[in-house]
Amino acid sequence: MTGRRVVITGVEVLAPGGTGTKAFWELLADGRTATRRISFFDPSPFRSRVAAEINFSPEEHGLSPQETRRMDRAAQFAVVAARGAVADSGIEIDEFDPYRVGVTVGSAVGATMGLDEEYRVVSDGGRLHLVDHGYAVPHLYNYLVPSSFAAEVAWTVGAQGPTGVVSTGCTSGIDSVGYAADLIREGSVDVMVAGSSDAPISPITMACFDAIKATTPRHDDPPTASRPFDGSRNGFVLGEGAAVFVLEELDGAVRRGAHIYAEIAGYATRSNAYHMTGLRPDGLEMAEAIRVALDEARMNGDEIDYINAHGSGTKQNDRHETAAFKHSLGDHAYRTPVSSIKSMVGHSLGAIGSIEIAASILAMKHNVVPPTANLHTPDPECDLDYVPLHARDHVTDAVLTVGSGFGGFQSAMVLARSDRRVA
Amino acid sequence: MTAAVVVTGLGVAAPNGLGTRAYWAATRAGKSGIARITRFTPDQYPARLAGEVPGFVAEEQLPSRLLPQTDRMTQLALVAADWALDDAGIRPQDLSAFDMGVITASFSGGFEFGQGELANLWGKGSQYVSAYQSFAWFYAVNSGQISIRNGMKGPSGVVVADQAGGLDAVAQARRQIRKGTNLIVSGAVDATICPWGWVALQSSNRLSTCEEPALAYRPFDEGARGHVPGEGGAILILESASAARARGARVYGEIAGYGATFDPRPGSGGEPALRAAIELALVDAGVAAAEVDVVFADAAGEPELDRAEADALAAVFGPRAVPVTAPKTMTGRLYSGAAPLDLAAAFLAMEEGLIPPTVNVDPVAEYQLDLVVSAPRPAELRTALVVARGHGGFNSAMVVRSDRAE
Repeated sequence: MTGRRVVITGVEVLAPGGTGTKAFWELLADGRTATRRISFFDPSPFRSRVAAEINFSPEEHGLSPQETRRMDRAAQFAVVAARGAVADSGIEIDEFDPYRVGVTVGSAVGATMGLDEEYRVVSDGGRLHLVDHGYAVPHLYNYLVPSSFAAEVAWTVGAQGPTGVVSTGCTSGIDSVGYAADLIREGSVDVMVAGSSDAPISPITMACFDAIKATTPRHDDPPTASRPFDGSRNGFVLGEGAAVFVLEELDGAVRRGAHIYAEIAGYATRSNAYHMTGLRPDGLEMAEAIRVALDEARMNGDEIDYINAHGSGTKQNDRHETAAFKHSLGDHAYRTPVSSIKSMVGHSLGAIGSIEIAASILAMKHNVVPPTANLHTPDPECDLDYVPLHARDHVTDAVLTVGSGFGGFQSAMVLARSDRRVA
Repeated sequence: MTAAVVVTGLGVAAPNGLGTRAYWAATRAGKSGIARITRFTPDQYPARLAGEVPGFVAEEQLPSRLLPQTDRMTQLALVAADWALDDAGIRPQDLSAFDMGVITASFSGGFEFGQGELANLWGKGSQYVSAYQSFAWFYAVNSGQISIRNGMKGPSGVVVADQAGGLDAVAQARRQIRKGTNLIVSGAVDATICPWGWVALQSSNRLSTCEEPALAYRPFDEGARGHVPGEGGAILILESASAARARGARVYGEIAGYGATFDPRPGSGGEPALRAAIELALVDAGVAAAEVDVVFADAAGEPELDRAEADALAAVFGPRAVPVTAPKTMTGRLYSGAAPLDLAAAFLAMEEGLIPPTVNVDPVAEYQLDLVVSAPRPAELRTALVVARGHGGFNSAMVVRSDRAE
C-alpha cells in the first residue's frame, strides 16, 4: 500500500437515550439503558414488544420540511449525523478538491420504515396484489434504493468523490467505515464522510425477527430486556440510530491542526459460509477477521486494551464471539475488558457498527470503558471480563470492535491512538 | 501494490439470453428481450414493458431447500455464480476457503419476496410473516447466499449505488484482491419486476410509457422518452493475474482502471461529474483516451442525461472519435445488474472483435456520437470503457483490457 494512514477527526452520534455524541457518551458512562416498550405502533400483537427508540424531531435537527418529507427516517438520521460530524471535525469541505471527498453510508435495511408504511397504503392494507400507484408518494423511489441515503449525505456535505451505501447486514456499520478508510489509504480520496444509519423499528422488522425468535420476548421490564452475556438473555432488542465520522488522511489532518480521535489502524471482513442466520460456536471466521485486522494494523493482540463486542444478546452470538476472542487473542482475551453497548442502546442493525466505533473512540478519549448493562449472572460459557453494570476507568489506547451479521459476515476493526503508533 | 486483476469467468442472466452464450448470440444479432410484462398484469400501470429473463426454471438449477428462502434475484444470482465459476474452471472446494470472497452490488434487494411478506403482514397478521423474510429481501442476500453455497470465507461486501453500483462492487473486488485475496466473485443480478417494485420504479418518473418494444427505450435518440426496466445481470470471477496464470486459466481480460464521482447537488449549478469519473478511470488504467477502442454507454434514455453523457464522451475523446454502444437497448436497464452485464459484453466483444449494436436508435446528430446502431461492427478491440450512472448523481467508469493487449 501507499503508507497513507487514516484518522477519525469528527464524529456525531444519534442513538437512543439522547441525541448527540455527548448525550450518547453520558448514557454509556452511566450504564443507563434506553430500551422501552415500542411507541411507534401498537406492539401488542408481536412476540417482542420492546425496542430502543430515539426521540427525534427532524425540525429540531435543522431538516427542512421538504427534506423531512422526501427522506426516510434513516436517511434523516444519516444527514443530521453527517452535518454534526463535519461540524465536529472543523473541516471545510469546500477547501478540498470535491472529487477527493467521498461518502459511504452503511445500512442493513435501508428505508424499511418508509417502505412498510407506503406498502400498507398502496396495497390498501395488504388487500391489493396489483398495488395502486395512484397512492404512491413521489419519493417512493428513494425508499426503494437506499443509495438515496448516500446521495443525501453527499449533497449536504458537498462531496463529489466516490459515494455509495455499504449494505452487509449487521456488519454494515463497520464495513462502511472500513471501505471508506481503504479509499483514503489507496489514495483515491483524502476525506471521507463515512458512517451508517438504520431505522428499522417497524412492524415488518418486528414480524420477521419474531418469526425466527431473534429478538427477546422479555417485555415485562423493558429497561432490562437487553442483557448480552447474561445467562438469562434470550434475544436482542431492536434499536435505531446513526453515527457518522469524518475520516482524513493523517498528514492532511495534522497539517490543518485537526483534533484526532483515533487512527483506523486495521480492518477486515470475512464470511462464515455456513448459514444466513446461524453461527458455528467456534467463531473461527470472526477470529480470522480479527487476525487480519491486527495484521493490517501491525499490532499484536496483546496491544488491545478494550474489546467492543458485537454482544447482541442471542445465545449463539455471545458464545460465538467469546470463542473468536479467545482464538484470536489467546490468554490476552481473559485480561481485556469486553463490553456490549447493545445492552444500553439496543441493536440498530446496520447502524450499530458505526455507533460502536463511536463508543470505542470515546472510550479512548475518556480512558473509560462502557459497561455491559443488565449483566448480573454471566452465562458460564461466556467467561471473559464483560465489564458488568458499571463503566470502568481503564487506560485505553487501542480498541478492537467487531460485528457479526446475517449472511454470515464477520467484521473487525482496530482503532488506536495515532501518536502511539510508528508507521 | 497494483497487481493486475483479471476476469476468468462470466455468468450471465439477461432478458435477451439466459447464459453467456445465449446472451451473446442475441446481443451480437441485435435481438431484444424487451416485451410486455408477463410476471403480473400490467394493464393498470402507465409503464407496461420490461426485460424479463426468459426460460429460467429455478427448480432445475438449485436444491429445493433454497427455493422457498430466496427471491428470484437471488436464484438468478446463485445460478449465474455457478456458471461463472464453471466458466472459470474453478471448483471452490479445491481452493482455500479464506482465499475466495464475494462482493456484489444490490439495488432493491429481494423486493418481490418482500412484497409477499408485506402482504402476509398487513393482509393476514404478523405471525404469517415467513421465517425467511429476515434475510431473503435484504441487500446483502446475494453475497451471503453465494458465499454459503460455494464455501467462500474471504472478504465479503455489498455496495448500493443505484445503477452505478455494479462497477463499484467490481472495483471493491479488485481492491480486495490487491490486498491479498486470490479470487473474488463479483458483479450483480437484480430483479424488481413485481407490482410493488414496479410502482416504486415508476415513481422515479423515468419509465417509458411507450407500448411498442422497439420504440420504448431509445437513448440518444430524438424520441428518447425514458427507459424500460429489466432484470438479470452478470456475475464475474475476478482473480489476481498471478493466481490465474499459475493455474493456467483462460483469461478474458483485465480490470484495468476505475473512477467514481458524484454529481453536484441539483440546482447548485455545478458541472456534472461524469467526465471526471471517466478521466479518473483512464488515469487509473494508465490508458490514453485515444487507446480506448469502444465505450459501453450508460444510455439513460432521458434527453438531459443523454446529452450530459454525450458531452462527457466528446470532452474526453473528441467528437465522434470513439465507437459507442449501448446493448442495454436490448435488455432494458438492469439497475445494479446493468454494468456487470456491460463488462461481460465488453469482454465478449473484445474476444470476438465485434461491437454489438445499439438497436432502435437513430442518434441526435448534435450529440457527436459515433454510435454503433442497427448492425454489429467488426473492430480490433483491446481496450473498452464501461460507463454507469445512478439516480441521484452516481457516476462510475471502468476500463477493461483484453488479454491480448500489451
